[in-house]
Amino acid sequence: MVRKLPPVDVVLVGFGWTGAILAQELTEDGLDVLAIERGGWRDTPSHFPTTVAQDELRWYWRKEMFQSAARDTLTFRNNGSQTALPMRRWGSFLPGEGVGGGGVHWNGQTWRFLPSDFLAASHNIGRYGPMPEGLTVQDYGVTYGELEPHYDRFEKLCGIGGKAGNLNGEIHEGGNPFEGPRSAEYPSPPMHMTFAQHRFEAAAKELGLKPFPGPSANMSQPYVNPLGCQLAPCTYCGFCEKYGCGNYSKASPQTTILPVLMSKPNFSLKVHNEVLRIKLDSTGSRATGVIHVDQNGEEYEQPADLVILCAYQLSNTRLMMLSGIGEIYNPATGEGLVGKNYCYQVMSGADVFFDDKYTNEFVGAGALGMCVDDYNGDNFDHSGLDFIGGGYISCWTTHNRPIERQRTPEGTPTWGSAWKKAVAENYLKSTNVGAHGASMAHAGNHLDLDPTYTDVYGRPLMRMTFDFTPNDRAMSAFLTERVREIAERMGGREIKLSPREGPYDSMPYQTTHNTGGTIMGTNPSNSVVNRYLQSWDVSNLFVMGAGVFPQNAGYNPTGTVAALAYWAADAIRAQYFKSPGALVQA
Amino acid sequence: MLLATVLGSAPLFVPSALSRTLSGSIPWISGTSPAPRGFDAARFFTAAERRCVDALVSRLIPTDELGPGAREAGVVDFIDNQLAGSFGRGERWYMKGPFADGLETQGYQSEHAPAALYRAGIAALDNHCRQRFAGRVFAELGEEDQDALLKQIEDEGLEFEDVSATAFFGMLQDNAIEGFFSDPIYGGNRDMVGWKLVGFPGARYDYRDYLDHNGARISIEPVGLSGRPAWSAE
Repeated sequence: MVRKLPPVDVVLVGFGWTGAILAQELTEDGLDVLAIERGGWRDTPSHFPTTVAQDELRWYWRKEMFQSAARDTLTFRNNGSQTALPMRRWGSFLPGEGVGGGGVHWNGQTWRFLPSDFLAASHNIGRYGPMPEGLTVQDYGVTYGELEPHYDRFEKLCGIGGKAGNLNGEIHEGGNPFEGPRSAEYPSPPMHMTFAQHRFEAAAKELGLKPFPGPSANMSQPYVNPLGCQLAPCTYCGFCEKYGCGNYSKASPQTTILPVLMSKPNFSLKVHNEVLRIKLDSTGSRATGVIHVDQNGEEYEQPADLVILCAYQLSNTRLMMLSGIGEIYNPATGEGLVGKNYCYQVMSGADVFFDDKYTNEFVGAGALGMCVDDYNGDNFDHSGLDFIGGGYISCWTTHNRPIERQRTPEGTPTWGSAWKKAVAENYLKSTNVGAHGASMAHAGNHLDLDPTYTDVYGRPLMRMTFDFTPNDRAMSAFLTERVREIAERMGGREIKLSPREGPYDSMPYQTTHNTGGTIMGTNPSNSVVNRYLQSWDVSNLFVMGAGVFPQNAGYNPTGTVAALAYWAADAIRAQYFKSPGALVQA
Repeated sequence: MLLATVLGSAPLFVPSALSRTLSGSIPWISGTSPAPRGFDAARFFTAAERRCVDALVSRLIPTDELGPGAREAGVVDFIDNQLAGSFGRGERWYMKGPFADGLETQGYQSEHAPAALYRAGIAALDNHCRQRFAGRVFAELGEEDQDALLKQIEDEGLEFEDVSATAFFGMLQDNAIEGFFSDPIYGGNRDMVGWKLVGFPGARYDYRDYLDHNGARISIEPVGLSGRPAWSAE
């Protein structure tokens, strides 16, 4: 028995960064907005105050910060010839659950993509000719110039600390000279760098590169955002990624939006309610609302004029599939679009071990780092190289949490006295240089529904088919050599490279930067949503999140996810509600 | 009761007040910070199992000239207590069948939740030892034999019949490191010996005074989530 509830203007599915942004924007016009979140309420003082937050075992290793894999996980295989099996516990990535979503446990590295990243197909083909075999890379359908004001809004919402390298087309020393033009300086100064960053900066300069401070959502000083929310200076405790911040020092929905949003009479939030599917009318071209279930197993129909998917990329894609919206991508035929162009991030790096210098990396923060962007996107000439794309190279000092972090030199055993000695000797005297590589879409990598395994409600799990592509490997091998050049000049005793070798492994943590599946584009034959993130098939359905990226750039995705959310919110406010219907004619 | 524990352990449809609608204000109720489930009296191992795990973790993190190891840190108590709780039952793991031997890239695929994996793994290890070492179990072997056997498992040169030796060894290694380096409220890292060995100051939250260390060693006494013994001396 499904109980029908009174209608609302807008229902948001999921309540992390994009849900909070959309709710804050759309309630400004007096609309009744309801957000439905499958996890619970979470806030700084009640859920992750200091003395509760700095608990490595509980939040990361026992996974209490994340979605319960017991209720819903996904199945994984490297290619279509294998049988996908469930990810029985989280490893390579960590989907969030509960109010704030992954915005509670991110590091806070807040990037803009390059102008050319939005034109990944036309730009690269124009400069280098046809794409490498098998790539299904395409343009976003929106440009950097169009998104710039929305990047700026998000940076001001969060109080991002950094140093502009390109202010209205003018290049500024000490910032990233490769970035697209910014309309304004960062709202806060960069983080306070430590020893490892100084060594990285000097090494990079020696090589003729252009180091700059990484853009940070950890506060370099007190900040009051345009909504009036106050953030406190970061104390460099080293518990950002995988943890909630107990100190109001990391921008999250809780610290930047919820204090204002929660007091609005036209906003409400349902927690511990999971949306099972989007309900369509008999024509299949209009959403009438959503069906959701509470913890007692009671099902409800929530009618709404507008449905916006604001859950994590994997969940949004799966909900489209479970609701029968669009055709699921089939790599054998190339037909279908939902689940197409699943991409990730291609990481590699080098540990640097010092003899007589202490990096003391427990003094750290999620976005405390120096970076170079010389080898990202198309910032360097790819002529004669067998790949497109690139990534940034950085020395972040994010933490030294000891269960997670035991760096040992090449050849150290993994247990016993020799291991113990190596851990003790190197724990305070090492750092890492990392390459954060792009992931280009490939015809064989995709998402669909698993034929065997089901979630706690009996619905098919999402099935992921993914491996690094020849383009990814060539790009990563190139970047890893650049990492080596920097790492070797930092004055350490030795380095240990971690190149990207072998098949993608779903277990060791890499990044929670899953993209694609509900890609955006220029027409219904190449994309699931249009340039305003509106479904081509169902015009009163919008889809937020990194699922709309046609491929992933060499940057952390949150800045672009948020800019796209503001961009879509503007289109909904300025255009859609004035004249509901398709914002782009097919 | 811990919110996350409730979510993890609850059967699907248990009447609860968790599902609710929030509107009009931040739902702040004082004293709702969900406390961690720390070390308590619950135990999983039989006496024989405990001897085996104690011997195992003592080889992984030995007591040696560098100082205390797994034994002094209370790693076996930590694991024993963890296996008796939510972790041992795999309550936040997906444990639905069918089960199949996966590829290495597919991660843990045993039908056993952690506690059951230990039970089966210990039994298989001790059986193997009895056959190979004239009736002696792992805990009764000399350190050299113990190390050689562990090396053989690690190099995948030894497999048991009903349970994966490498899955068991992998979990044991993970849990030994957790028991050596986690906050002392969980029963391991006793007297913060793990943190002292490496120089981790623990659950501190303000290092602003140390940012300009410029490569000099920072030595700070560690504290745990519940402080440190000197703060509550009798």
